[in-house]
Amino acid sequence: MLRFPGTLDHESAATAVRAVGGDPFFTHHTDTELPGDTHAVVIPGGFSYGDHLRPGALASRTPIMSAVKRHADEGGRVLGICNGFQILCESAMLPGVLRPNASLSFICRQGDLEVADAGTPWTGGRLVGERLSVPFKHHDGAWFGDPGESRVVLRYRGENPNGSVDKIAGISNLAGNVMGLMPHPEEACDPLLGSVDGRALFAALLA
Amino acid sequence: MGDSGKPLFEELGLLETEYERVVSLMGRTPTDPELVMFSLMWSEHCSYKHSKPLLKGFPTTGTRVVMGPGENAGAVDVGDGLAIVFKVESHNHPSAVEPFEGAATGVGGIVRDIIAVGAKPIALLDSLRFGPLTSQRSRFLFRRAVNGIGHYGNCIGIPNVGGEVQFDDRYEDACLVNAMCVGIVPQERILSCAAKGIGNRLVLIGNRTGRDGIGGASVLASAEMGDDDADKRPSVQVGDPFTERKLIDLCLAMSEAGLLVALQDLGAAGLTSAASEMASRGGVGLAIDLDRVPLREEGLAPGEVLVSESQERMLAIVEPGTLAAVVEMAARYELDATDIGEVTDTGELEALWRGEEVVRIPSLYLTDDVPFADVPQNPAPPPTPVDLADVAEPDDLAAAWLSIMGDPNVASKRWIFEQYDQLVGAGTIRRPGGDAGVVRIPGTDRAIAVTLDCAEWHCELDPRAGGQASVCEAARNVACTGALPIAATDCLNFANPEKGHTGWRLVQSIAGMAEALTAIDAPIVSGNVSLYNESPRGPIFPTPVVGIVGLLEDASKSVGSAFHRHGDQILLIGYGEPRIDASRYLGRCEGLPPAPDLGREAALITLLVSAADKGLLASAHDVSEGGFAVALAESCINGGVGADVTIPKGRRADEAMFGEGSARIIASCRPDDVAAVQGLAGRGITVQIIGEVAGDDVMITIAGSTTQVAVADLARVWEGSIPQALEA
Repeated sequence: MLRFPGTLDHESAATAVRAVGGDPFFTHHTDTELPGDTHAVVIPGGFSYGDHLRPGALASRTPIMSAVKRHADEGGRVLGICNGFQILCESAMLPGVLRPNASLSFICRQGDLEVADAGTPWTGGRLVGERLSVPFKHHDGAWFGDPGESRVVLRYRGENPNGSVDKIAGISNLAGNVMGLMPHPEEACDPLLGSVDGRALFAALLA
Repeated sequence: MGDSGKPLFEELGLLETEYERVVSLMGRTPTDPELVMFSLMWSEHCSYKHSKPLLKGFPTTGTRVVMGPGENAGAVDVGDGLAIVFKVESHNHPSAVEPFEGAATGVGGIVRDIIAVGAKPIALLDSLRFGPLTSQRSRFLFRRAVNGIGHYGNCIGIPNVGGEVQFDDRYEDACLVNAMCVGIVPQERILSCAAKGIGNRLVLIGNRTGRDGIGGASVLASAEMGDDDADKRPSVQVGDPFTERKLIDLCLAMSEAGLLVALQDLGAAGLTSAASEMASRGGVGLAIDLDRVPLREEGLAPGEVLVSESQERMLAIVEPGTLAAVVEMAARYELDATDIGEVTDTGELEALWRGEEVVRIPSLYLTDDVPFADVPQNPAPPPTPVDLADVAEPDDLAAAWLSIMGDPNVASKRWIFEQYDQLVGAGTIRRPGGDAGVVRIPGTDRAIAVTLDCAEWHCELDPRAGGQASVCEAARNVACTGALPIAATDCLNFANPEKGHTGWRLVQSIAGMAEALTAIDAPIVSGNVSLYNESPRGPIFPTPVVGIVGLLEDASKSVGSAFHRHGDQILLIGYGEPRIDASRYLGRCEGLPPAPDLGREAALITLLVSAADKGLLASAHDVSEGGFAVALAESCINGGVGADVTIPKGRRADEAMFGEGSARIIASCRPDDVAAVQGLAGRGITVQIIGEVAGDDVMITIAGSTTQVAVADLARVWEGSIPQALEA
């Protein structure tokens, strides 16, 4: 799990990884290599480097991201959540960019996603059209780009909360091993918080 | 002389009598930097010279109290060796001058109070007062203050779990922005601000020091608002939440590693206040070398360095042997940690500037020797109850209902809380929009419930009962979730205490709050006073905001405000008759609202907590602004279901629907559980079955006549009100 100055969701994401049987450990932002026994990488949400310049722009240029790219090139799985998705786009590991929400405001609400592509590992065997209840929380969450350059894994169901192209909420690369999404599955892994639909994304890291 | 031709002490906001006291204490004429320090430390904002003697009336001890008032924040025992740390604080005057930065730095300041105790922040709340949204200026202040709170709170990753807002003419030129932060800490790791260990090093951590916020505590926070407010903008601090986040992580890491002897945040009056508090509390002296303070810009005078309110700074005492480790750890977090001085045995605050001593003041002079000011006691004439005959009875109760649902004071606050991250940390069990926020205590199966509340109209009309009502409402909100109220914090927002009836209302409100807090056994462990909330248009309402923290032994047993399922029975639990006096329905601060019955309030709390613990309740919601009909509609809207109820008429149907001022809870449960809930009713508490969850409409029958409105119609007005008002 990558941790940059300003990363916020590393502990929640680590709890989610543990809950599906994984053994998470953190890197420091000045590290240049991933630990040798790294199986998969999570880039958690937050405001890395205070969103200075553009969300994810500074973190995407850190040495550790070169190591993450090598990990992905070798077929390793990478999951970027919210700011992590922004970092993946900024580092060109996923296509497109995340623009400010159409409302120009931060939004935080529970919402529904639907599976748009059941062929990646990230949706845990759910069928196309199946529903996941996950919190949406972001200020710059409107994905913009050519959907044909990626696999559209998750779409917003109902109202589009941020004005993204084709109601896109999460995409993977064409190979399917790098996934980014704006909603927060780590906050949908505990029945007390209202939903456990987020677990599938973390379970996919362990396969 | 100052630049204006007036004596410097006057320009700095000191009274002539106070200046004379400074000279007599010091036995000499103070240097300019010394005088600047006195002016800040003896301001109302820092010294509480009007309010300190009054605060002694609050209950501050109890079996759960780990640390009471006097430190950066109070702490209470929540089991497993853990303490919950919390405090509410105002940032009213800066927010009135520059709402975005004022509100944002209000959040930053209260969070640093929590980390100064060594605690990890886990929740934020805010209590806001603005002028009506029909005013362009109030819309601007409200929108920007909410943006500022969201910007800062979201970026530092602390969930915002609740709060309240009211709009009234009285706040048009004197808005209120109060923020509360809650943290968690293992009790053995609680840090004090008391400096100790002669020869230990004084380390300044975080941001560099600049010219921002100079005189914030005196010029801004201890004076009334007026026409020259725009000129005060340089006195408002500017926040940097990214640095604050690093500061949180660093302070927690240093505390965990045992590197800190004492810790204090730099808030009002900056280094002066932080250093003098640390020295006085520890009974030691501190020698500061001002040339070592990292500056953001050249050319600051020593007095400016001493009182700058640059944000995101902390002051630590560390042992000389660990200094290198502290500096190294700070570097890992990309923050400055600079050795700026040492602990001495003189009891004095000393400051060197370019090698010369520019300050030498016994720290107690600054912290303890302010001349206390009398608060004039001028009682207001007692109010008379509203004569119902003077209030026209509406022809159409459904129309009146929809109209009150759309009053921004009653309407949904979704526009606000959807701009706040309510969930970061994955511990938020009950989100904003209910009676209280519920957050899991990390690493345990327990949870806390927190809320902020105030009954300012009641405090204006009958301040003693209003103080009680403010506490009771907050406590009921917490109890509705099933949590037992265990401790409190308060922010006393009042006008100029030397004018009119304000001083009397302040004293009476405090007395009422103290009585109620004692009755429900929730001691005050921290607090804040904000006076001079007054403009040429007049004083604000007395607004003693109360924050209550409650404990849920089993996090999975919390109760929400939403009805669950058709067929559940709806219960009205509590005591008292609704009254039109000072209600939102009346729309005016007039009349004599009923005073709480403190014995019954305690019994009501006991009932709610044990009913939740036994898993009997599907929902519980306090009847407050807008009365019974509004609370019923909210439980329906939040649950997406209708209700069919019958209630007594009392004096008049509109008063039964919209009257306020009684302690009543609308709860729901399975039919099989009704008897068990009734069996819990203590002395003076009634549990009436008034109907059931049914259909898609809300139906209220009074004396055989039914008022019926679709849930969707109520929801549309209730949800749409604030967004529509802001589009104007």
